[in-house]
Amino acid sequence: MKHLFNRLATLVVMATLLVGCNNTGSKSNGALSSSAAEKVYVAPGEQDEFYAFLSGGYSGNLTVYGLPSGRMFKEIPVFSQFPTSGYGYSEETKPLLNTSFGFVPWDDLHHPDISQTNGELDGRWIFVNGNNTPRIARIDLTTFETAEIIEVPNCAGNHSSSYVTENTEYVVAGTRFAVPVPQRDMSIKEKKGNFKGALTFYKVSQDTGRMNLAFQVLMPGFDYDKAHPGRGDSHGWFFFTTYNTEEANTLMEVNASQNDKDFIAALNWKKIEEYVANGGGTKMPTTYMHNVYDEETHTATSKTINEVLTIDPTDVPGAVFFLPTPKSPHGCDVDPTGEYIVGSGKLSADVTVHSFTKMMDAIENEKFSDDAYGIPVLDFEAINAGSVKSGGLGPLHTEFDADGNAYTTFFISSEVVKWKLGTWEVIDRKPTYYSVGHLMIPGGNSRKPFGKYVVAMNKITKDRYLPTGPELEHSAQLYDISGEKMELLSDFPTHGEPHYAAGCPAELLTPKSKKIYKLEENKHKYATLTPAETRVERNGKEVHVYMAMIRSHFTPDNIEGIKVGDKVFFHITNHEQDFDVPHGFAVIGANNSELLIMPGQTKTLTWEPKREGVWPFYCTDFCSALHQEMQGYIRVSAANSNVELKWSLGEDIE
Amino acid sequence: MIIAALLPLFLFVFPLWNITLEAPQYPIPLGMNIHINDFSDANPHDIKNINLMNHYVGMKYIPDAIPEFKIFPAGIIITTILGLIIALKANYRWFLYWFILMILLSAAGLYDFYLWEHDYGYNLDPKAIMKFTNEDGSVMGFQPPLFGSKDILNFTAHSYPRLGAYFLGLGIAASFVAYRVGKKAHKKTQHMI
Repeated sequence: MKHLFNRLATLVVMATLLVGCNNTGSKSNGALSSSAAEKVYVAPGEQDEFYAFLSGGYSGNLTVYGLPSGRMFKEIPVFSQFPTSGYGYSEETKPLLNTSFGFVPWDDLHHPDISQTNGELDGRWIFVNGNNTPRIARIDLTTFETAEIIEVPNCAGNHSSSYVTENTEYVVAGTRFAVPVPQRDMSIKEKKGNFKGALTFYKVSQDTGRMNLAFQVLMPGFDYDKAHPGRGDSHGWFFFTTYNTEEANTLMEVNASQNDKDFIAALNWKKIEEYVANGGGTKMPTTYMHNVYDEETHTATSKTINEVLTIDPTDVPGAVFFLPTPKSPHGCDVDPTGEYIVGSGKLSADVTVHSFTKMMDAIENEKFSDDAYGIPVLDFEAINAGSVKSGGLGPLHTEFDADGNAYTTFFISSEVVKWKLGTWEVIDRKPTYYSVGHLMIPGGNSRKPFGKYVVAMNKITKDRYLPTGPELEHSAQLYDISGEKMELLSDFPTHGEPHYAAGCPAELLTPKSKKIYKLEENKHKYATLTPAETRVERNGKEVHVYMAMIRSHFTPDNIEGIKVGDKVFFHITNHEQDFDVPHGFAVIGANNSELLIMPGQTKTLTWEPKREGVWPFYCTDFCSALHQEMQGYIRVSAANSNVELKWSLGEDIE
Repeated sequence: MIIAALLPLFLFVFPLWNITLEAPQYPIPLGMNIHINDFSDANPHDIKNINLMNHYVGMKYIPDAIPEFKIFPAGIIITTILGLIIALKANYRWFLYWFILMILLSAAGLYDFYLWEHDYGYNLDPKAIMKFTNEDGSVMGFQPPLFGSKDILNFTAHSYPRLGAYFLGLGIAASFVAYRVGKKAHKKTQHMI
């Protein structure tokens, strides 16, 4: 009887609610739900307010999104071969992937960072790191293409990278997996005390953006995990989190988690720069590659470098210190003023914050608690500014808004927590779906955050989208942070595994984004700038086809005199000079990829015909109303045949 | 009258005419400026892209140079010198003759422009990729308007005079004003005598 009564009561309540909804409720619900929708809705033909560059992780590439819509605009090939455009397959781009280990067509891209001037994003370049075969790449933000890749010698797992200093003086590389330096054959169990963790500083040319290895600090063999530069008063310093200060070499999940505190390493790079300028450091033989893409020749070249300037940190007094930080800190983030250094102990519940002012005071007054391999360890109490008792678990990364708030991700408790710098009080927390890694606020790691949105990049997707079998894309969430409380706006899937991301206002990049490459500036060795220059030349078994393409034909489109066993180089120049008229090139049986050639650009595909016959090639990019007709034939004769080398367009081969 | 004679010289600085082609896939329209001695792109590579579009329907490429580019500048220089001589030496009646001469020459120029446009729009390659016919079965032409706007297939073509033409017109008008003023002044002196 009691049960029945309860059920009836429930029914009555529900009915009331339903009626209520029909009357007034539906309106307010509608308004509420549409406000989130309106905030992410970018009407057809309208454009997004921000660019977001999300790392592709194991895709090896960088993806470009718009915020608030979450629409993806481009995948920029960086460390991975990309058959879509021929990147890493074309003769011009293959050198970009050269390393001292040979051609390495894949990497694990983690941390994009936009170049800065006076601590503010300037939108000249974006730097990204390759973790596996240690490299740093620079992407040009007028072409949105990879312009340079430089290898990191004496390093393994370039994870605490590729962050830039306040005026892009340097971009850094770090070592996550300590290794023998120089590499040598030795027993693994003798790791402790014998391995090194190299932290490498690349000087960036302010004119060209080109990187040059300035110096490499050979730190104790810990795992250098994440990094961020000082800014404002702390400009001139760089901070790196460490874990495995135990220097374990096996079952690291247990053995590297024993110390109650690991360190944040603080490096005064200005002091080291001065030391180097005065002739300090030791030149060590090594080998690494520096690959540069030239926009005028549309071609990359590789150079091997055989020497690196190494620095023993104990040789530069006052340059390197350790800041004790609880529980294997991961994220290492510096607030916009440069005063607070936030270390997220990933195995703890709290976020530890150090004070730069206190750090300087502790250094001056030698408040040291210990030393590690001759490097002073500062007294924790002397430098600690406070800690955020959030109640969350597994803090990883922190970004900042312009109003003195910090936003920290918690991987284990799967949430973003907003807290106040200075008071350490928690203001708000919102769940993420699921297990968030990095987060990004446009400008949120600079002196001038733009606020407005935070993007949370999750490691686990599960049920957020329609299922696609066992393998899923990762998932991001967008939150509005313009109010006191965060508001979840939308989910969007992300390509590869985004680790960090960088964002900036659209107007920083849109005016200078290139539309075409100017044909008259094309200095490619095999370019054909007019149809009259198109030709086919034989040099032994190598055949060079100087080809042009324009709506809607190739010049030439009939080629004879190719033989089985030849190596045919199609050097193709796109003669279009109109925005967004690329042409593609594909030839049957090519063992590499297609080419996607932008207006004014020249690319080269190598083709090794294996069988006699008449074989077609065609344009792969639907370029015009006559795209289907954009095709041609190449005749392949027997290796010993004497068919003459001929080519034509619009008439029969004579 | 001196001003009238000098104003057409601005044609060497500013374009005479402009043809603009709008279509949905050209958010920035294609445009060509016609100077008295040159065709120029409204935006970089526009003429090349107009040529690329137009070859589908068999229209000829817009030439780099046409005979008019030699005749027009010479005409402008000669008429300017003539105007200056008239202004300094001749009486007001000659102002009218110069005015009429300029009207006639401008009309001839426009007619020449019309002929070129007609040839450009109708003298099509017999191997044109796409052939269009009008409802009555005649071959569709693609002549841009002489003055005004017109829909041609997926494009809307606009054809309007530019700053150079306005200066020319102003010069011609000024010569007529000079004639009227001159006539009045002449009558006055007649009266005084």
